[in-house]
Amino acid sequence: ERVVSSSPTGITYCKSMRAALLIQRWYRQYVARLEMRRRCTWNIFQSIEYAGEQDQIKLYNFFGYLMDHFTPASSERNLISHIFRENNICRNVDWERYFCYKSIEVPKLYSGPHLSFPITCSNAAELVEAFKNKQQLHSRYVLQLLGETWRLLRILPNISQISTCHSKEITICGDLHGHLEDLLLVFYKNGLPSSEKPYVFNGDFVDRGKDSLEILLILFSFLLVYPNDVHLNRGNHEDHIVNLRYGFTKEVLGKYRLHGKKILKLLQKIFSWLPLATVIDNKVLVLHGGISDTTDLHLISRVDRHKYVSALRPPKRKRQNRSGMTDSDLEDDDPTAKPVDSSRRRVHSLTHSSSTGTRHEVQRRSLQGLNNRVTCSVEEELKERRRQAGLSQSYGDLRNSLANSDSDPDSGELLESYGDEWKQIVDMLWSDPMPQDGCVPNEVRGGGCYWGPDVTEEVLRRHNLTLLIRSHECKQEGYEFCHNRRVLTIFSASNYYEVGSNRGAYIRMGPDLVPHFIQYQANRATRALTLRQSVGRTERSALRALREKLFAHKSDLISSFQEYDPENTGLISLGHWACAMEAVLRLGLPWRVLRTQLVGDTLDGMLDYHLWFRELSITDLLETMYKHHSNLETIFRIIDTDNSGLISFEEFRQTWKLLSSHLQTEISDEAISDLAVSIDFNKDGSIDINEFMEAFRLIEKILGHIDYSYRPLSIGDHNNIMT
Amino acid sequence: MAEDKESAEAIVSEVHKKIRAAFDVFDHEFNKTVDVREIGTIIRSLGCFPNEGELHDVIAEIEEEEPTGYIRFEKFLPTMTKVLMERKFRPIPEDLMLQAFEVLDKQKKGHLELEELTKYMTQEGEPFTQEEMEEMLSAAMDPDKNLIFYKDFVSMMTVDDPR
Repeated sequence: ERVVSSSPTGITYCKSMRAALLIQRWYRQYVARLEMRRRCTWNIFQSIEYAGEQDQIKLYNFFGYLMDHFTPASSERNLISHIFRENNICRNVDWERYFCYKSIEVPKLYSGPHLSFPITCSNAAELVEAFKNKQQLHSRYVLQLLGETWRLLRILPNISQISTCHSKEITICGDLHGHLEDLLLVFYKNGLPSSEKPYVFNGDFVDRGKDSLEILLILFSFLLVYPNDVHLNRGNHEDHIVNLRYGFTKEVLGKYRLHGKKILKLLQKIFSWLPLATVIDNKVLVLHGGISDTTDLHLISRVDRHKYVSALRPPKRKRQNRSGMTDSDLEDDDPTAKPVDSSRRRVHSLTHSSSTGTRHEVQRRSLQGLNNRVTCSVEEELKERRRQAGLSQSYGDLRNSLANSDSDPDSGELLESYGDEWKQIVDMLWSDPMPQDGCVPNEVRGGGCYWGPDVTEEVLRRHNLTLLIRSHECKQEGYEFCHNRRVLTIFSASNYYEVGSNRGAYIRMGPDLVPHFIQYQANRATRALTLRQSVGRTERSALRALREKLFAHKSDLISSFQEYDPENTGLISLGHWACAMEAVLRLGLPWRVLRTQLVGDTLDGMLDYHLWFRELSITDLLETMYKHHSNLETIFRIIDTDNSGLISFEEFRQTWKLLSSHLQTEISDEAISDLAVSIDFNKDGSIDINEFMEAFRLIEKILGHIDYSYRPLSIGDHNNIMT
Repeated sequence: MAEDKESAEAIVSEVHKKIRAAFDVFDHEFNKTVDVREIGTIIRSLGCFPNEGELHDVIAEIEEEEPTGYIRFEKFLPTMTKVLMERKFRPIPEDLMLQAFEVLDKQKKGHLELEELTKYMTQEGEPFTQEEMEEMLSAAMDPDKNLIFYKDFVSMMTVDDPR
């Protein structure tokens, strides 16, 4: 390795150059390995996130299916009818009374911000300051602010039209997901909204992060002050059913114990009244999810958007009542009103559909249309669609099957137009772009579609537009172009999966309609982390999430391993290990690459799988419950109709039975009762949802893989905020 | 003989799977192509230590006649298989790394100054970009003293790397 040259300096030079080369070579190798790990980590988070969304929808479809098919004798009827509260005749006037804040007194001790109405821009700025200082707005002001917001949103069109006249630059933000520090960072860098500084916020303000409500209050207050310069688009998380699972409901109930339910109810209405899209200079379309080949903005601008309270439930039909009037001028989604004649309504809906109609009912209810049964075949397709180019099912098939299913002549037209409108809205809120041409159902998320560059071209051309700006997907750099730079994804929640996982970004756009990006990462500590530490931390978090899934699927995994071990040696090859992992977990992950992180020592490339699982010993019942804990929590919250946070033992038992029939597992009543009693920590005869979830946290602790030490740092001193 | 052939085939098959797995991580469109700028990462993540020049040679071999900016798996696989089977671009042992740093540490202080290391890394050999330099410094340098204690650095990096 030594090159000898005659002059002394010559030797030194050559040696040091070689040394430098060596160091550079070595270091670059290291960085590449880190990059590989980072990429895998990202894949893990994304797979788990989307699998969770898909789960949610499957679960909801299951309830819908049950609702359509229970018999009057079924003991589950009352439980389910609570969930799908169809009884809702209530006018806005009655609602206003219900939401009235006037009786709520603000105590003298209250040290938080006071709001006066009509709200001024200094009020709004004060609110921002107050939340920065971790204060909480009193429920009286919350309800008042939300009430005003609701009133304003009702007069806004479905699609906001804005222009960059007067050389105003528009700022466009993507998903915030309760990350208040990111919103504050954007305001710090870019300035507060004003008539000189218009903003578009492109949905998903809530869920996951812990300050969703504060973000909403800030956005709504600026909306009220500058209604022509602040524009909010609805996202798929502005949906009370999604909120049950992803944390917003929990956040509100936790922060406002007395009035949380009312606040949530009012928010439900507000969400349904949020505009669906924004168009800039008639050229740039901004909406949350995306488009499909059938997207028709003219149709969308005409719909009654507030009828679509949740994308997960199609709207009720406009039923003609006895006197021939439709109830279109009535608000129809009141879960807290007493059931009016519910049994008769039930019979009505059953007889309304023909005997072959049951299948049609289910198809209309399902977002996917085609695959409405909660079966393994969806999971099969999930894996296929993620891995292959050339998808076999065309969206045309989907539409045809929707059309063909309506054999009932009377309701045919009405239903199809409802189906059409609903599909348009779901597509706008849930779709994702794909690299291949075409348009296929988005079975990874369970809603909306995947659309290709040809669809982008066609839809933009059809509407005479030049650019589509959307959000909905987390991007490492905070933004990403695709489809020949005709589609732009903007995502504003930095560190979304974990500290250091990604940057957030926002767009500034002037009359030339050329987007400029500003990126950032909230959390001072992120910048200070080396690449190695940042990757390491994110990776630990992803692996932890992945190991949780392993625990939950232990018995399935062992069965799968045993298929590769017919002679029961207890050993399988690593290649077989990788196959089995994918077959059971169906996450589309690079198992071979992840292997070193998940599996310790192997003997000659053979893994002793029982040994591997020994540390994962956990009883079968707990394992099943743990596997489905997020589903269970969602179910609990659905059943807890008055959002009190308590359910009775009987409700707990019924829930469990429902879930086990859904899962096709056998769990004895006795085992459930024992479990219920042991979970009731304070022995008061009812189960607090938090008690139940606490039981899972204990399980997690026993398994010993949870890092409770990490807490996101607050921004604090603005002068040190890193870009 | 038949056994040998079988085990040789098995080995090649395993190597193919490893290569495929690493390639797939960067195949964002699921169409068996990756951006040519990721090839270096893929090759290195498979345990190879090429320098930049060697990397460019490999890329030249697997690129299309008319470079498209993408590398197809069909071209990548045979070349990469050869690289792994012939154990090209061997890893650098820890003691050699230490020696390399010691060469730069002319005064045998046991550490390098910030300016020293920066000069070598950004001016000699196959120079680092500014970004690469900053990254290395953030990992290697004691921020209070602006010194690089390379012995610790080398051991830390070696321990960190699961193979």
